[in-house]
Formats: sequence, structure tokens, C-alpha cells
Amino acid sequence: MGSGTNIGRVRGLGSAQEGAHHWIVQRVTAVSNLLLVLWLVFSLVRLPQYEHGLMVEWLSSPLVAVPMMLMLVSIFWHLRLGLQVLIEDYVPDHGVKFGLFVFLNFFAIGGAALGIFSVAKIAFTGVVE
Amino acid sequence: MSGVSGSASNRPLSPHLQVYKWGPHMLVSILHRATGDAMALVGVPLLVWWLYAISAGPESYDYFLSWFNFYYIGYIILVGMSFAFFEHMYSGLRHFVLDAGAGYELQTNKMWSVAVPLAAIITTGAMWLYIASKNIL
Repeated sequence: MGSGTNIGRVRGLGSAQEGAHHWIVQRVTAVSNLLLVLWLVFSLVRLPQYEHGLMVEWLSSPLVAVPMMLMLVSIFWHLRLGLQVLIEDYVPDHGVKFGLFVFLNFFAIGGAALGIFSVAKIAFTGVVE
Repeated sequence: MSGVSGSASNRPLSPHLQVYKWGPHMLVSILHRATGDAMALVGVPLLVWWLYAISAGPESYDYFLSWFNFYYIGYIILVGMSFAFFEHMYSGLRHFVLDAGAGYELQTNKMWSVAVPLAAIITTGAMWLYIASKNIL
């Protein structure tokens, strides 16, 4: 282990013991995104119109609400991992990087929670008109 | 510990985009990141706004639609996001093949790198043609 270059400083230390998990979860959520987003695209395209009453009726069905919630979990998990790599690649400053990771976690968990709660509200309260 | 944070180091940097000759492999790699980030930062927040607006009631949904129909901005974004999705999807499928260790032969790799954006454009076009035909018929 040397002390000069970046590669010299880490050579011989072995792996970071993390990263494989990130890599695998990125791919597992990619497969679930593939299935669930294709389901959303085909479902939306086949709807006759997009007025509020029909949207509520459509989202009230368990066979729509459940895949929609699963899709939100899958999408936000996948984008949380993807944007992490974007930050790691382009933000060299450790402090800024740490702050962006915190913000990214808030964005991913908060966004998923808002989306899932909205679907749950529609599914449980149904047509309110 | 001098030079531990990358920005303080005087070591030479690795070459970046400007020194490489453009090819389809480079384009499809850049598009994978760009479309993924565009969906994460624009498409998904809009999806959540759409679901929230439906849950909050007809007035809230009308407000969402008023922005959607503002100079066709919603259609422009949706066309962009649908292309981003299909591009990222086909590119992701290409990555699964590469992950398995296949498709690295020069001609094969180039062929699929050209095929991915073409397939994305064709799929996006077909989807919007279907939507347009549904509204007309």
C-alpha cells in the first residue's frame, strides 16, 4: 500500500465490502419496473378517457391500486440507486455529496409515501362526487 | 492526508467525453443515464402529482389538467417521457445481455447500440399513433 496516488492508497485493501448489493438491487428493481411500468403504459393507453370520475373508479380497483403502489416502491427504489451513482460520479466534494445523499433519501421516501398514500386514499374512499 | 478529497489532488484526471470519437455505443450509454435522470427528476414527480391530484378531488385534478393543457406542455413532456422510458427500457435490456457477458463482439455491440434508440423511436411513435387514432375513430 503506497501513499502517493489514489490507486496506490487503496491497492491491497481488498473490496469495499459493499456495492454488489447496490448492483443486484438495481437490477432486481429494473425487472419489476419493466413489468409494472409496461402495465401502467398499456393500462393508460387503453382507457377511453381521463376524466376525474373514471380515474377514481379505475384506481379504486385492487387490481389497479396494488400494482400502482408496487410500481411506486419499485420506481422510487430504482431511482434512489440510480441518482446515487449520478451524485457519486459528478460531485467530488464529500460534504456536498453527503448532503445530496440525505436530500435524495428524503426525496425518494417522501415521494413514494405521498404517491402510495394518494392511491390508498382513492382506493379506500372511492368516488366522492 | 493531502489530496484525499479528489478536488484537492494535483494528479492528472482521466479523459472525459471531449477526447473520444463519437459512436453509437457512447450515445446509447449517455442516453441511458440522461433518460433515467430525466424520468427520476421530471417524470416521476409528475406521476406523483397526478396521483395526488386525483386523490385530492375534481378541482385539484382540473388544476393539474389546466397545466397539462397549457400550450400542450403536458403532451410535449409526455412524448419526451415516453421516449425516455422506451429508450431506458431497451437500453436496460441491452445491459442485462452485457451483464451476462454476451454481446461484446465489436459488430454485435455496435448493431445493438444502433438498434436501441431506433426501437425506442419506433415504439414511441407507434404508441402515440395509437393514442391519436383512438381519439379520431
